[in-house]
Amino acid sequence: MNQTAVPLRTSTMAQALNSALRDAMREDPTVHVLGEDVGALGGVFRITDGLTAEFGPERCLDTPLAEAGILGTAIGMAMYGLRPVVEMQFDAFAYPALEQLFSHVAKMRNRTAGKLPLPITVRIPYGGGIGGVEHHSDASEAYYAATPGLHVVTPATVGDAYGLLRASIASDDPVVFLEPKRLYWGKAEFDPAAPVEPIGRAALRRTGTSAVLITYGPSLPVCLEAAEAAKAEGWDLAVLDLRTLVPFDDETVCRVVRSVGRAVVVHEASGFGGTGAEIAARVTERCFHHLAAPVLRVTGFDIPYPPPMLEHHHLPGVDRILDAVARLQWED
Amino acid sequence: MTVLDHRHHTAVPGWLPGATAPRTDPAPLLPDVSPVRVLGTPALEKHDPALLRELYRRLVVGRRYNQQATTLTKQGRLAVYPASTGQEACQIAAALALGEQDWLFPSYRDTLAVVSRGVDPLEALTLLRGNAHTGYDPRAARTAPLCTPLATQAPHAVGLAHAARLRGEQVVALAMLGDGGTSEGDFHEALNFAAVLQAPVVFLVQNNGYAISVPLTAQSAAPTLAHKAVGYGMPGRLVDGNDAPALHSVLTEAVERARAGGGPTLVEALTYRIEAHTNADDATRYRTEAEVTAWREHDPILLMDRALRELGLLDDGLVQEAADEAEALAARMRAEFHAGAALDPMALFAHVFAEPTPQLREQAAQLSAELAAEAEVEH
Repeated sequence: MNQTAVPLRTSTMAQALNSALRDAMREDPTVHVLGEDVGALGGVFRITDGLTAEFGPERCLDTPLAEAGILGTAIGMAMYGLRPVVEMQFDAFAYPALEQLFSHVAKMRNRTAGKLPLPITVRIPYGGGIGGVEHHSDASEAYYAATPGLHVVTPATVGDAYGLLRASIASDDPVVFLEPKRLYWGKAEFDPAAPVEPIGRAALRRTGTSAVLITYGPSLPVCLEAAEAAKAEGWDLAVLDLRTLVPFDDETVCRVVRSVGRAVVVHEASGFGGTGAEIAARVTERCFHHLAAPVLRVTGFDIPYPPPMLEHHHLPGVDRILDAVARLQWED
Repeated sequence: MTVLDHRHHTAVPGWLPGATAPRTDPAPLLPDVSPVRVLGTPALEKHDPALLRELYRRLVVGRRYNQQATTLTKQGRLAVYPASTGQEACQIAAALALGEQDWLFPSYRDTLAVVSRGVDPLEALTLLRGNAHTGYDPRAARTAPLCTPLATQAPHAVGLAHAARLRGEQVVALAMLGDGGTSEGDFHEALNFAAVLQAPVVFLVQNNGYAISVPLTAQSAAPTLAHKAVGYGMPGRLVDGNDAPALHSVLTEAVERARAGGGPTLVEALTYRIEAHTNADDATRYRTEAEVTAWREHDPILLMDRALRELGLLDDGLVQEAADEAEALAARMRAEFHAGAALDPMALFAHVFAEPTPQLREQAAQLSAELAAEAEVEH
């Protein structure tokens, strides 16, 4: 594979993530991958495919099956100058590691007055839409975003999967890197040599003048589809991809909201106490006089994640998004 | 050839094929039948007199440190102090068993071990004073921050030791835990990881009989806590936790075994928490005075004093030297802790991230304005 001769790569998001890990490990010998089944198997989603073969089991380590132990071990490795990338196998399987994440990863820099930063990336495949049985489809971003000390990144495109994972691994702060697993197999061209944007910047994926759909990760394609369908109703919708939840890009979000005057936040996690509530509050606090309607939310219901044959009722779809757009007080 | 090569097993004839075959013979991993003791045994004479005198001196100074910190708490100079009174032998032996390049992973009750490692008491007690979370530079002191969530620092010790080994450096990590901590999931995961990775780690469990109020009988049904080691495939050692030379010998052996590539060890030290859990605790609700009195008869300093006198190693000069050093330390602690702590509210925002987020900048500006307004009112 000659990167310089073929500047653009066509790949799935899964392959782009794999490339990001491989390129980071080639460039920086302190980057270590560890997790369950990340070795010979290449991870259950094959994101670590071939890494043990290329870098050896010391750089890409199959660990015992214990998530707190994996993250706790990664903390010690980071304390000694390594840059660990941890794979949690599924969203809900990361919960045993939450104490290590919340009490140590998020706080170590702060509680040591900057003496022990922890440059750890915790990769977590998240969200539903792949027909997974229970405990395999949680959208758990609100827990992480509500914890001071963690950056929370979630790509929605193949190019961002590569660029944001490289930026996350290079970050001296801990990053929870949420991979929308239902987008793993979507293909697109991307340029691995493109300059990596700093994490913390939202991207306007579609311009529009009527209203903006504010979204991220697995809901981006749904929002783009809804925006396309909205044309038939006479609405010209913008679509804003947040890309990172922490740090939150107030500047871009407010600029877009002020320019269109109406906003709907879309995510598949439950609405109550979700990131949509935070975004709606922030937008209202900052853009009140520019708003022609309250900021609405289209989210998953406040229920435990449904069984796979019913999940399509839970996940925000085009119709539910368009219904929300219709309620943006156009009559006034 | 990598440091992980030990992970390949060979099948044993007569067993099922493949990875289910037995890995190791458990017999050599079993802990000592009765706790290892040196004081009052012929083994004492084999110990270096200079080391024995140093242990005595440090025990006396350590006891005074505990007393002074407890007093400072009663005077409101420390927010809270979980004393290691009665456990000084464990604290000191843990610090002395480590080399300069090694790392200590203490819990909140282990500030004496941190001080014994060379950290200034004012810095070691910062967390408990309440003016900052950690008072010392963990890298410079090669001592992790005091850990409050029980046993959660144990996997950190494993990861650090593993990373050092990957880099070819002869660094050992020693994690200090309590009997209650052995019930935590992180204890189990850390020991399992350490054994699987053959990480150079020593786990020291100070079994002081109580997890706040809950006695060991309600905590574990294991034959001894040291026996837990066998299930992970590492040796368990049982030692009298009030016998300083015995602890020093067992811990040094475990540290050097780890350093030589022999893998981790679990050490259970049998000791007793003479004080309540903290100043906020009332130990009379869950244990008898008779029990405490019995343990006072097995006090680490008393045992050391008696044994060294029998050997003719404890002279008036050493007693005076230790007492003077103890009083000097106590006086310095009183002076330093009675002075007001320097507080900088704006430092709250300094180390959340490498660079403050825009939101944190806004919040810092808000606090700054509040402070300016307060200062104006005061003038």
